[in-house]
Amino acid sequence: MSYDLAVVGAGPAGLTAARVAAKRGLRVALIDGYARTGGQFLRGAAQPRLTGVEVKLGQRVWAVEKSPGGFQVHASATTTAATLLIATGAHDTVLPFPGWDLPGVLTAGGAQALVKGERIRPGAEMVVAGTGPFLLPVAVTLLEAGVRVKEVLEANRPSPLMAAALARNPSKAAEALAYVRRLAAARVPYRTGHAVVAAHGKDSVEGVTVARLTPEWRPYAWRTVDCDTVAVGYGFTPQVDLALQLGCELSGDHVVADDRQRTSVEGVLAAGEVTGVAGAPSAVVEGALAVHSLVGEPPPRLLAEKARLRRFARALERSYPVRDGWRDWLTPDTVVCRCEEVTLRAIDEARDLGAHDPRTLKLLARPGMGWCQGRMCGHAVARLTGHEPAPQKRPFAQPITLADLTLHDREDNA
Amino acid sequence: MVGAGIVGASCAYALTRAGVRVTVVDRGGVASGTTGAGEGNVLVSDKEPGPELELALRSNTLWRELDAECGGFEWEAKGGLVVAETPEVLDALTAFAASQQGVESAVVDPRDLEPHLAEGLAGGVHYPQDAQVQPMLAAARLLRASGARLVQTAVERFLVSGDRVTGVRTGQGDLYADAVVNAAGTWAGSFAQAPLPIRPRKGFILVTQPFAVPPVRHKVYTAAYVTNVASDAEGLETSGVIESTQAGTVLIGASRQRVGYDTAIDYTVLAKLARQAVGLFPVLADAQVMRAYAGLRPYSPDHLPVIGPDHRLGGLFHACGHEGAGIGLAPATAEMITAQVAGGTPPVDPAPFAPGRFA
Amino acid sequence: MIEFRFEGRAISAEEGQSIGAALHAAGIRSWRTTRFGGRPRGLFCAIGACFDCLLTVNGVPDQRACQTVARAGDEVGP
Repeated sequence: MSYDLAVVGAGPAGLTAARVAAKRGLRVALIDGYARTGGQFLRGAAQPRLTGVEVKLGQRVWAVEKSPGGFQVHASATTTAATLLIATGAHDTVLPFPGWDLPGVLTAGGAQALVKGERIRPGAEMVVAGTGPFLLPVAVTLLEAGVRVKEVLEANRPSPLMAAALARNPSKAAEALAYVRRLAAARVPYRTGHAVVAAHGKDSVEGVTVARLTPEWRPYAWRTVDCDTVAVGYGFTPQVDLALQLGCELSGDHVVADDRQRTSVEGVLAAGEVTGVAGAPSAVVEGALAVHSLVGEPPPRLLAEKARLRRFARALERSYPVRDGWRDWLTPDTVVCRCEEVTLRAIDEARDLGAHDPRTLKLLARPGMGWCQGRMCGHAVARLTGHEPAPQKRPFAQPITLADLTLHDREDNA
Repeated sequence: MVGAGIVGASCAYALTRAGVRVTVVDRGGVASGTTGAGEGNVLVSDKEPGPELELALRSNTLWRELDAECGGFEWEAKGGLVVAETPEVLDALTAFAASQQGVESAVVDPRDLEPHLAEGLAGGVHYPQDAQVQPMLAAARLLRASGARLVQTAVERFLVSGDRVTGVRTGQGDLYADAVVNAAGTWAGSFAQAPLPIRPRKGFILVTQPFAVPPVRHKVYTAAYVTNVASDAEGLETSGVIESTQAGTVLIGASRQRVGYDTAIDYTVLAKLARQAVGLFPVLADAQVMRAYAGLRPYSPDHLPVIGPDHRLGGLFHACGHEGAGIGLAPATAEMITAQVAGGTPPVDPAPFAPGRFA
Repeated sequence: MIEFRFEGRAISAEEGQSIGAALHAAGIRSWRTTRFGGRPRGLFCAIGACFDCLLTVNGVPDQRACQTVARAGDEVGP
């Protein structure tokens, strides 16, 4: 069976696209690696009714290829479709610091997923740290789950840019204010210009070192805070692996898509965070727009809404950059690559041997060579060589067993 | 020195030790080309009797010396194990091994050396001299130990005055030298002032998840690998080549294709490599593949490297065209170039490697 | 609620919950050690990207605990 549209990723963008496409009479398959729809944002929500959509869950897509009639989406089974929508979302961007590989250190997105998707309390006493507007809803989610949130630490300082962005978006400003009030009511301090610069503990987190940061994020005035769990997030990294496999044009860390979500490759659409992190409401609008690029004309209302949300997202992104001072949080023994256990010392040695770019550094010292293929350390490793983080090609977007790979060219059009 | 791959780095190391002041120029930095896409083979097992085997044997000795002198590149004298699926192939393999003068080898039951090998193989030959290095580290360490200056910029052309090469034009200006060594690997044939018939041959490698104890100890490959290396076939050829690394991963090769400078992933080829690997080591069926990459192996029409003074221009030396054996052959190549540039006795007869042989 | 076993110990999980979340909620913060430094590892990203939370489920090694839904009777270990 060949579909008109294969949607990879069942988060806000993919769910919306699949629903709208089915309503418009398209034969649509919605594919996701997890056992439930929703992606990271809606993982805990009630499973939506998707009438007319072929929903393929637990299907981890490891590669997409062009084929004569369109595209093949390879997971444990292969799905064939004339058009492909990539809605694979994003994962947290993280920065290394001493002790960040201790159990009990979680990503901010991970902490939220544990509450909303898994309905557990990630810790008893937590510190939330990083940068970006996402930290606020994470902290509030944790509070509501019964976590004692001790502090919320935003590494950046309030800026005129931030203020201007909020002033132009009263609804977002109101949302942010509500979060801040909720924290204040629970007597949770929200401190800007602060960060968790080390985590301590034997087998898991027992406390963290919090520092004040200069505007460039160099630490000073350290103190310790007892806690059993930390949530850290420094923004998000779009998961562009599938788009890169097909040769879609990128801009910085994300896929370039036009106003109807068309990428540079004919027949390939992209929507949501993969086209630049902008949040769930934007992803919903883009999911719908992607379908309109196949059938009919996009409603002007949606186009305007998308433009507005994207402008706001860009302004926010500029307001919450990652600044270079984080390097001063590291000691020579700090693990930078968690998978291959590559320390800053090993990275400095490789740089001394002539590794002046992320690729050479990887070849000489192995950061990014392990299970996660650089998803966790890629940002830091690029910055440590003085480069802007850039997506790397991953022929396998997910690991697959050799046994499954042996079947690959025998199950075409399966 | 044009090129900071393993050949350029080895040459820089040998030349500086002979008192020559060396500047290395590479557009991508150290090990950014074929060296960065290889397994780090230091093999004698796959060389048929002749000049390349002599070079490989000399290199094998030199690699051991380099490990002692310089080190830091995961030298591992793991030994090679060539397996034969049928009695006929085993006979041919045994005869081949017997003909390899100076190579230590022994006919073995392959499962004595590799307990996870599939049942039903006819037999195998063990080559204890075969070894492995981490090629990128090897290039970087040798280059660092040489003290040569590395300039990261592209070499646009050779500078020629009369019938002599006097230097190179780079993206950062002209560099003058008494001698220029072309160790530009896959791109070594493309200088218009002194072209060579060097072409790329594409090869894929699959990389598995890391194991605490990898299920493969030696470099294990099927006898078909030897015939494929020497083959002139245009189409895709694959043969099972499997080994582990010190990082715990298992590397799976080998494929050969002539498709120019294209390094795009072809999942059909990867599936074929996977089938061969699981065929040899059924235990690998459950291993997860993390990544794959393609490299370009520079080959010459007779599959021998091109080493020695250019036959048209003075002051220019070539050290290229090592195909898939550049890591293994680099130290002896460097010794030969050093003898030719700075004076001395070449380790083996240079005539079969002479650049003028295709003229 | 369902029940599975981690190194012989009974762990309860909600229907649809991942093995990783169930272990974390039960106070088990790590279930493997790294191959060089022997450092403990458990959940980190919790969304399938970091591969820190690998474990063996019913004899199948190297499964992501955060991406594997717990089933009654599962045997789970490092």
